[in-house]
Amino acid sequence: MSWPAPDFDPVPVILACPAVAAALLAIIPSYRFSAWLNVFASLITLIAASSLFTLPQHAGDYVLIDNLNIVFIALNAFVGFTTSIFSASYIGHEIEIGRLTPAYLRFYHALYQVMMFGMNLALLANNIGLMWVAIELATLTTVVMVGIYRTHEAIEAAWKYFILGSVGIALALFGTILVYMAARPIVGEGLDGMIWTVLMQHVAHFDPSLLNVAFVFLLLGYGTKVGLAPLHAWLPDAHAEGPTPISAVLSGLLLNVALYAVLRFKLLLAANAHAIAPGPLMALLGLVSVIFAAFMLYRRRDIKRFFAYSSIEHMGVIAFAFGIGGLLANFAGLLHMTMHSLTKSGIFYSVGHVAQVKGTQKIADIRGLTETHPVLGWTLVFGVVAIAGLPPTGVFMSEILIVSSTFARAPLLALQLAFGLLIAFGALMWRLTGVAFGEPTGSRAPVKASYLPMFAHLALVFAAGVFLPPVLVAWFQMVARGLG
Amino acid sequence: MHGASFDIAHLLAGALVLVSFMLLYQDRLYALLNVFALHAVVLAASVAWQAYVQDAPHLYVTVAIALVLKAGIIPIALHNMVRRMGIHREIETVGGIGATMLAGMGLVALSMMVMLRVTAGADPLAREDLAFALAVILLGLLIMVTRRNAVSQIVGFMSLENGLILAAAGANGMPLVVEISIAFSVLIALIVIGVFLFRIRERFDTVDVHALDRFRGERL
Repeated sequence: MSWPAPDFDPVPVILACPAVAAALLAIIPSYRFSAWLNVFASLITLIAASSLFTLPQHAGDYVLIDNLNIVFIALNAFVGFTTSIFSASYIGHEIEIGRLTPAYLRFYHALYQVMMFGMNLALLANNIGLMWVAIELATLTTVVMVGIYRTHEAIEAAWKYFILGSVGIALALFGTILVYMAARPIVGEGLDGMIWTVLMQHVAHFDPSLLNVAFVFLLLGYGTKVGLAPLHAWLPDAHAEGPTPISAVLSGLLLNVALYAVLRFKLLLAANAHAIAPGPLMALLGLVSVIFAAFMLYRRRDIKRFFAYSSIEHMGVIAFAFGIGGLLANFAGLLHMTMHSLTKSGIFYSVGHVAQVKGTQKIADIRGLTETHPVLGWTLVFGVVAIAGLPPTGVFMSEILIVSSTFARAPLLALQLAFGLLIAFGALMWRLTGVAFGEPTGSRAPVKASYLPMFAHLALVFAAGVFLPPVLVAWFQMVARGLG
Repeated sequence: MHGASFDIAHLLAGALVLVSFMLLYQDRLYALLNVFALHAVVLAASVAWQAYVQDAPHLYVTVAIALVLKAGIIPIALHNMVRRMGIHREIETVGGIGATMLAGMGLVALSMMVMLRVTAGADPLAREDLAFALAVILLGLLIMVTRRNAVSQIVGFMSLENGLILAAAGANGMPLVVEISIAFSVLIALIVIGVFLFRIRERFDTVDVHALDRFRGERL
């Protein structure tokens, strides 16, 4: 890669670009222009984020670049960019039908960039306190956006998200304080006690019992954000009642950011020989989420809520994979996380347009999509096939890897996971047949959709199922090895 | 740490747990808000003592936030809101006061058992502070689950947050305490503003969160 120049540091761009864009978007009245500025800012962030791959690993007092977070940042910037394109066409329709006013959109676009800033900061942070603040910021902006329609349901969802999210964030902070308390006798007072790389160097000498309690709080706190059962109650409401672009970034990105925080602390605990093994706790929460969400899928009547439960299931799979650990399971976990982000946001793009054209989110009222809207319908079919884990998709590969690598280590757990996946598969197929191939209902009006983002996402997912580029495999293997 | 300064820190942190218990059995909104203001004052005193003992002047910013915002502006704003909405009647609680108090005692015992055992190696002041802070946090959670009214849930959350600030201030030399307390204040201000802006009263005719449940998309 010849550009950017080797001495170019993309980190300030990744942080400053969303921040500046947010300030600009807050004062620009024209929503058409804002939508494009939003896309443009996201593109700049994406370019800066992808140039991270050329950078050597380095760690400062506040910022850290290592193999692990580059994957997350690149994925974050990519989905952030495609969602901004989808959002531009989505909100055009919302303005037309008067569900949103231009004043609210100004607010919406500015918050979108604030959220991107928060997530990028959380991923780049080398300081566990800074990471906490950044995740709080990202959460708060999504809370406001979930409530942006100001209907009864939207405000109820936002309130619930707010209260549960705040409790989660409070528990995470308590865990963070405990980690600092554990570090203080060894690394001394002040900033060093919160710098992740410094903690990693000295963690072997920390008081293990304090670390154990800290991890429980951190897992519960950030786990609430990941949407792991039984702490998931906010997630379906927040997905269903907010604007669809927000559902896409919630599922595709914010859950990952929270998971990233859990992973960082898992690494910390794993480096201390006397602390509890963090893996089994994560695997347990993950397994519970998979099985619980799989059964709950059958009872959902709202299409966005339905896919929100599917997100809980997949976050469970990912947490399970990282919990099992080892080179293969970590590799599969990373792959699954990437594939889930791409597929699920792709599905939400198409569901967003479907809900707009049909004027409803009730599954019962959306039928025969492949007949009324062939392109949209078939995109959704491919999306659901991919997320259900059918070959030849990337999700299939990662799920097979997770189940088979678990079989070698803990056959009973693998059976339970496979059971959960099959139950969820059944629910997805059952709903898909009605929605895609049933007797057509509702409006047949042509839809002004931007197909590019969903095609791009699904194409990537299918391509990954057929052929994973060796560069990517090598990179993921390197990260997986680091994850222990 | 000398005997006297240790005892004072201990006393103030213990007082915070006690005031949390007082929050638990208030059944009127006005009284709840008044007790919460007291909670914030006790927190401010406790943090101020830590700032003095640890010689950490930046903690006085946190003290100022606690006094001005949490003991002053927010309770007054909530008072106004309660009066305007005319909801100063009894608070609906889940389960009786007696059961709630028992549960609260159990939580305090739990936090003592967990934290004192775990932090055997840490310095004694930090240990006690952490144990008390965890008790305040758990009591705050208990308030949030036993109340169905949006205003008292906010009060529960704020008392929980006071526990976090107590823990952070007790951890000697912890960086970002002030930043974190500011971040929390922003969060709480947003909640209060949000309740105002969205005029939950007008939208729902009640701030009883239980009533909001029926708007869930699942129940048709």
